[in-house]
Amino acid sequence: MSTLLEVSHVSKTFSMGGLLSRQHVQAVQDASFTLETDRPEIFTIIGESGSGKTTLARMILGLELPSEGEIRFRGQTVSHKAPRAERLAFMSHVQPVFQNPFEAFNPLKRIDRYLASTARRFLDLSDESAIDKVMDEALHKVGLSLAEVHGRYPHELSGGQLQRCAIARALIPNPPLLIADEPVSMVDASLRMSIVNLLKALRDDFGVSVIYITHDLATAYYISNRIIIMQKGRIVEMGDARTVLEAPEHPYSRLLKASVLSTEDAGAGKLATDPEMVRVAGELAAAPSSHLAERPDGRLVRVYEGA
Amino acid sequence: MTQDILKVNGLKAYYQMNYFGVEREVRAVDDITMTVRRNEVYGIAGESSSGKTSFIKVLAAAIRPPFRVVDGSVEYDFSGRTIDVTTASEEEVEAIRWKHLSYIMQGSMSVLNPVRRIGKTFEDFAARPLGLSGRAFRERVVGHLAKLKLPPNVLNAYPHELSGGMRQRVTIGLATVCHPEFIIADEPTTALDVVVQKEVLSLIRDIQREMGAAVIFVTHDMSVHANVADRVGIIYAGRLVEEGPTREMFFAPKHPYTAHLVASLPRIGDTSQRPALEGRPPNLADPPQGCRFHPRCPLAVDKCRREVPPLETVGKDHRTACWRWEDVEPLDHVHQAHSREAMA
Repeated sequence: MSTLLEVSHVSKTFSMGGLLSRQHVQAVQDASFTLETDRPEIFTIIGESGSGKTTLARMILGLELPSEGEIRFRGQTVSHKAPRAERLAFMSHVQPVFQNPFEAFNPLKRIDRYLASTARRFLDLSDESAIDKVMDEALHKVGLSLAEVHGRYPHELSGGQLQRCAIARALIPNPPLLIADEPVSMVDASLRMSIVNLLKALRDDFGVSVIYITHDLATAYYISNRIIIMQKGRIVEMGDARTVLEAPEHPYSRLLKASVLSTEDAGAGKLATDPEMVRVAGELAAAPSSHLAERPDGRLVRVYEGA
Repeated sequence: MTQDILKVNGLKAYYQMNYFGVEREVRAVDDITMTVRRNEVYGIAGESSSGKTSFIKVLAAAIRPPFRVVDGSVEYDFSGRTIDVTTASEEEVEAIRWKHLSYIMQGSMSVLNPVRRIGKTFEDFAARPLGLSGRAFRERVVGHLAKLKLPPNVLNAYPHELSGGMRQRVTIGLATVCHPEFIIADEPTTALDVVVQKEVLSLIRDIQREMGAAVIFVTHDMSVHANVADRVGIIYAGRLVEEGPTREMFFAPKHPYTAHLVASLPRIGDTSQRPALEGRPPNLADPPQGCRFHPRCPLAVDKCRREVPPLETVGKDHRTACWRWEDVEPLDHVHQAHSREAMA
């Protein structure tokens, strides 16, 4: 079994402020996980804003260098300082999908231009008809066709369609790995499921692994194979998505689950969060020494010394 | 004093544009009739470009050309005094704003002035309607912020120094400090994380109960409505297509669009395939003939393509605009299973 992506003991520290008032923020602390080549999966990273999930994604994409540790894609270290040819080869294997499709596309450029330039760069195509064929294939994977998109500007498509175009663009070089950073949080609830179902189909039908970053536990439960839950830069729980989300063990994971709004007793107006839960979870974020411990059901949970 | 605080009657508001002799009309609000009662939370749901923001702009009397009210009325009853904001003068609207009618806006970062301290912003908003100044005003504001669990020193902070949840609580504070009778909340929690979202929602709910105000709560997220609203109205392509008590809307919807919205919510503990609604929202400049939902509706028949269904009463407080409402059932098994006992 070969390794697709290996994240080993990665940390990232940002420093803020001037020379005298320098402060350090630990955005990611000691994160490790691996994805296998021949087992496509949806790997979900859950956390609130400020939990370091986007920083971790940016490091996997090589846009940011880790302060400590190493990220390897098929055995090669990921870095934006790699030689151009190497970097291009990496980019054709790992593709991003961003949060807001309206910001990801330039409103003054036609959408097919983006698709075409991706095809030209990563597949080395120059023949118009070959480019059209590649674009059409990618769009068909996401349930659109070139005829629908050809010559259109971003404002002419709905948010859901545009996000699908963004995913189609990412699929053009046939990458084995997609990094989707909150791909559905800007999309309407009614269209959200079409994007989520699409990610699921990509895994099942085309064997694409997806790193799915979100704060929505319900969609994470619906599509993920494995998840990690992050709190203030630390992984607090990691394991099989169903096992972890059905019975979360770490106080912070429990708090997240308790905060999901349920519709099962619609109209009852139950909204109270247990303040004790918030307090306990908050205290643990500041606890100095801790490590991940393995549980019999295969999950890893952060335990704190002296607690 | 009557029970209804707001009566909207046959409201039509269009964007009418005329550029170089080419006329264009976008029917953003098309024939909406509804009422909001005192001391209730009325949830409005709908996808983007369904006209829900246009509708609440009319309610807040915040419309500018080319958006115009074409027909109908929006009547408020503030402690016995009625005012129709579609015909009222600028001064009359100014007199009720913040004091009787207030607005919690989406995106707290763009609402608060980034170069003014929060305390100054409070003065700008509330000093005149409250008729207080100096020490008395500050005490009043500090007392109000305490209810929102904000320390007094946020008044000296700039917006960027506060977290997203705190900023959103400040905007709620701004909207409620004058104790208005009617609050319009436009997606107040959409940009927030789950834990903070729940806190902010319960805060809105508590402050509403305490003041006895009526709240119109707009969001596209049905799970928020499930926990906050007393009644929910669904807007599709500029029309109110269904309205009813929250519980019935979830367990016994009478419009296929509502049934779809409820069924598409994923749930922890349930991995069955969720249906996604295909197609795109209709273009309001050229809406489909007949029922506007028919191109995406699984139940559509010939009649739906020809005739516009009226909003009929189908139960207590429950109205729907569908020719086939009797055939609509909850689409997913959890809500189906609960539907019989919930309604019994």
